[in-house]
Amino acid sequence: MTLTLEGVSKRVEGQTHIHRTDLTLQNGTMNVLLGPTLSGKTSLMRLMAGLDAPTTGRILWNGEDVTGVRVQDRKVAMVYQQFINYPSMTVYDNIASPMRISGKSKSEIDAAVRKSAEMMKLTPFLDRKPLELSGGQQQRCALARALVKDAGLVLLDEPLANLDYKLREELRAEIPKIFEEAGSIFVYATTEPEEALLLGGHVATLWEGRVTQFGETPQVYRHPVDATTARVFSDPPMNFLPFEKRGGSLHLDGGREVPAAGALGALRDGRYMGGFRPNHMELERSGAGDIAFETRLAVTEITGSETFVHLDHHGTRWVGLIHGVRNLRPGQALTAYLDPAHVYVFAEDGPLVAPAAYVEAA
Amino acid sequence: MNKTVNQKAWFLVLPVLILVGFSAVIPLMTVVNYSVQDTFGNNVFFWAGLDWFRDMLESERMWNALGRQLVFSGIILAIEVPLGIFVALNMPKKGFWASFCLVLMSLPLLIPWNVVGTIWQIFGRVDIGLLGYVLAKLGVNYNYTQNVIDAWATVIVMDVWHWTSLVALLAYAGLQSIPDAYYQAAKIDQASRWKVFRFIELPKMAGVLMIAILLRFMDSFMIYTEPFVVTGGGPGNATTFLSIDLVKMALGQFDLGPAAAFSLMYFLVILLISWVFYTVMTNLDKRDGV
Amino acid sequence: MAKITLDNLAHSYLKHPQSDDDWALKELNHDWVDGEAYALLGSSGCGKSTLLNIISGLLRPSRGRILFDGRDVTDAPTAERNIAQVFQFPVVYDTMSVGENLAFPLKNRGADPKYIAERVNAIAAMIGMEEQLKRKARGLTADAKQKISLGRGMVREDVNALLFDEPLTVIDPHMKWELRTQLKQLHHDFGHTMIYVTHDQTEALTFADKVVVMYDGRVVQIGTPQELFERPAHTFVGFFIGSPGMNLFDAQVSGTTATVQGVSVPLGDSYAPVAGQVQIGVRPEFVRLHAGGEGLPARITRVEDVGRHKIVRLDVGGTAANAILDEGTPVPAGADRVSFDADAINVYADDWRVAPQNLQGRAA
Repeated sequence: MTLTLEGVSKRVEGQTHIHRTDLTLQNGTMNVLLGPTLSGKTSLMRLMAGLDAPTTGRILWNGEDVTGVRVQDRKVAMVYQQFINYPSMTVYDNIASPMRISGKSKSEIDAAVRKSAEMMKLTPFLDRKPLELSGGQQQRCALARALVKDAGLVLLDEPLANLDYKLREELRAEIPKIFEEAGSIFVYATTEPEEALLLGGHVATLWEGRVTQFGETPQVYRHPVDATTARVFSDPPMNFLPFEKRGGSLHLDGGREVPAAGALGALRDGRYMGGFRPNHMELERSGAGDIAFETRLAVTEITGSETFVHLDHHGTRWVGLIHGVRNLRPGQALTAYLDPAHVYVFAEDGPLVAPAAYVEAA
Repeated sequence: MNKTVNQKAWFLVLPVLILVGFSAVIPLMTVVNYSVQDTFGNNVFFWAGLDWFRDMLESERMWNALGRQLVFSGIILAIEVPLGIFVALNMPKKGFWASFCLVLMSLPLLIPWNVVGTIWQIFGRVDIGLLGYVLAKLGVNYNYTQNVIDAWATVIVMDVWHWTSLVALLAYAGLQSIPDAYYQAAKIDQASRWKVFRFIELPKMAGVLMIAILLRFMDSFMIYTEPFVVTGGGPGNATTFLSIDLVKMALGQFDLGPAAAFSLMYFLVILLISWVFYTVMTNLDKRDGV
Repeated sequence: MAKITLDNLAHSYLKHPQSDDDWALKELNHDWVDGEAYALLGSSGCGKSTLLNIISGLLRPSRGRILFDGRDVTDAPTAERNIAQVFQFPVVYDTMSVGENLAFPLKNRGADPKYIAERVNAIAAMIGMEEQLKRKARGLTADAKQKISLGRGMVREDVNALLFDEPLTVIDPHMKWELRTQLKQLHHDFGHTMIYVTHDQTEALTFADKVVVMYDGRVVQIGTPQELFERPAHTFVGFFIGSPGMNLFDAQVSGTTATVQGVSVPLGDSYAPVAGQVQIGVRPEFVRLHAGGEGLPARITRVEDVGRHKIVRLDVGGTAANAILDEGTPVPAGADRVSFDADAINVYADDWRVAPQNLQGRAA
């Protein structure tokens, strides 16, 4: 089974919510829609579900056009950020409800309900009402209902956003396993890059109503096609460093000149935007080729095993994630080091020119 | 949110359209028909053009009734809205007493109009009514059948008794939707009780209050049964509101043409005022930006 | 600014609490040092919001006292306590402009209009909303509204403490960074006493000087982020802090050796004989994977690439465990053994950490 969006776009009252999008999702895959609030994740999901009709383009299900087909007539299940269950029904009846509607036999329903309840660790609570459960269990109930529906397409719209951090971690680890077994097309919207990485599968990054890239999650993370994708797929945000390559050297802001080492030496002369992730910034020189930056420390944050340093460098704020706990004083001068092999090179207007060299080496 | 455009859906609306057609459009057309004709009985009609409308517009009687009606609706709103808000603010927020109050408040709303009228008609009688009797004993010269002020007071108090709880219930629903955090933040900001009302409660109630005002306005503007039962429009014409006058004209005097013109104008006035309310309300919603 | 003292404080939402479970907040004694930034960390229902509401005076504790600079304020109303609080969902006065919102707490206290205008401008600059001062607050995005709430909390210079109740819940991840560092910077610049309630460990650890970890109505540990990471006082802290949390293995401990599933594991310290259910805890960051050699037999069940590192899910003799490897470190081929950094192992008896015998060099 496949779900194909063919030249799909959506305009509402003159505003473009979704720009022209072509996307094919395969059966048995987890597809993450990653982007900030209002980037179009929910709009795109509504188009996939058939809750909205696209302004242009077609939606194909196994190659068959389903663009005008109502959501009721498609096999779609949806789970929302809010915990949506029938409050007056027991957990058992909640999970069973989609199967009852489709008129399955009693024994068939019972088997399916018990199986998915077991998967979602709800077996002890089958006789309870949803509101007597914790938030995490309520959302498990909604997920179980989506699972038994045997839908070809399961849409999850930030399903863990309203849960505690630790519960999120637990469900996040379980969801990919469960859905591998179920074998439908899963679409999962989130604002958090870390969540996308943990879920694995494929990711589509969204920015202002545009799918900027679609591919295997680690691949998109390491080979972003442009600076926007890199920014969306980095938490803390990616740091940027404009430079000009001339001859054998890089000219940085503030009139500095450093030798163009490694892959950077192969660039054509011109102006570029360098990008590097916070975890690649160092406070000690690790190699002879490292570029040193004189910065001023604005804020430090200690996570217990790591230290976030927020540095001001010629009017730009950079974030570094440093191993170990460092006791640094805000306001102090600090030298940051960057291995050029960790620098992504983007053209000034965004597209990727060269991925970081370390990625290619791996 | 935008829903899928599906033309077939119009068929689902068809039964309602037919129903509305029978219940509203056809009778209305009959009235339109009467309003432009004259008759001497025997189902013989003459074309009268817009004469009746002109007559009605020039009729002092109608303007008087309209004036009385506006004063009445104005007083009703001026009393019931603030009073309803006041009651809502002082109702318990939860627990047994909250439910108790809700039931108590709904009671007057469940009584049929004519019964309300009858109750007050008796209640206010000086000879056997509790109110009238007590007032008379207290030395108040109260008689709603002869004194204009007394008649107005009785009708107004009756309407306030009957309908304030509707405003209160709606306002209460609006208040219930305000999260606790707002009150807590206000405490921390050291906002006075008045400011809490002015900047938190009133804005959050604005939507339902608009509905309450609209409902109460329309209802009071069309009031008929209760004053008819209590005062019969008297003393004199003191409480002859628009609809009472209309019925007098149509049934009492069988002036069908003028009455039809009258009721059409009546209908248009209500439509106009409701439309203004509706526009104001939707603009409020738009400002919310949700 | 003030020191806030909790003296034998406890709270129950029931009128007549019977058992231990009836107390939403169990007995607690603590001094909140003037000018420090604290985080109250715990899962929902652990009592952290109850504690916050007691401090702000929205809730009266069933037992004990609360003191501001030694003055008993247990029965003082919120307004008298001179605190500011920011809530989970943005609370703004819709009908007022952004500027009026910011000015509101000062106006209510009858401050001088000139001073109000100055403060409002300063705060607007701080939260980056100078351009929108005249705009009505209605219809702004959640981010912007929450910034206004933060600003309203900050506008008074004389507050005893600033309280935050999960203030970043409705904020986008990228925006979270910005707002959090802004808060941190404000704390650094002005030195307010701040108490920040959250269930998100990253927020708690990065924001606070000291993190108060709560579990089931009880404070289980108060410490710096580093202490919580390296020496969790309770297995809950080990689990709750870190992502994934600490690995736990049932063990027998004697001297400088622990025995796990019949295999000897060297410890960094010496321990007196330990009673109760004994476990050793080691964080995924300190788990080493190798093929053959010393260590516990282990099977890799799954490797998750999370960008800057890999999470290796393991089955260690029936116990689920995790290891973390750096982005650049490959999973060793044929890895079937795990060993632990001896210094990073903590010993627990009945869930509480056991202090090692020789105390030199390390605080228990």
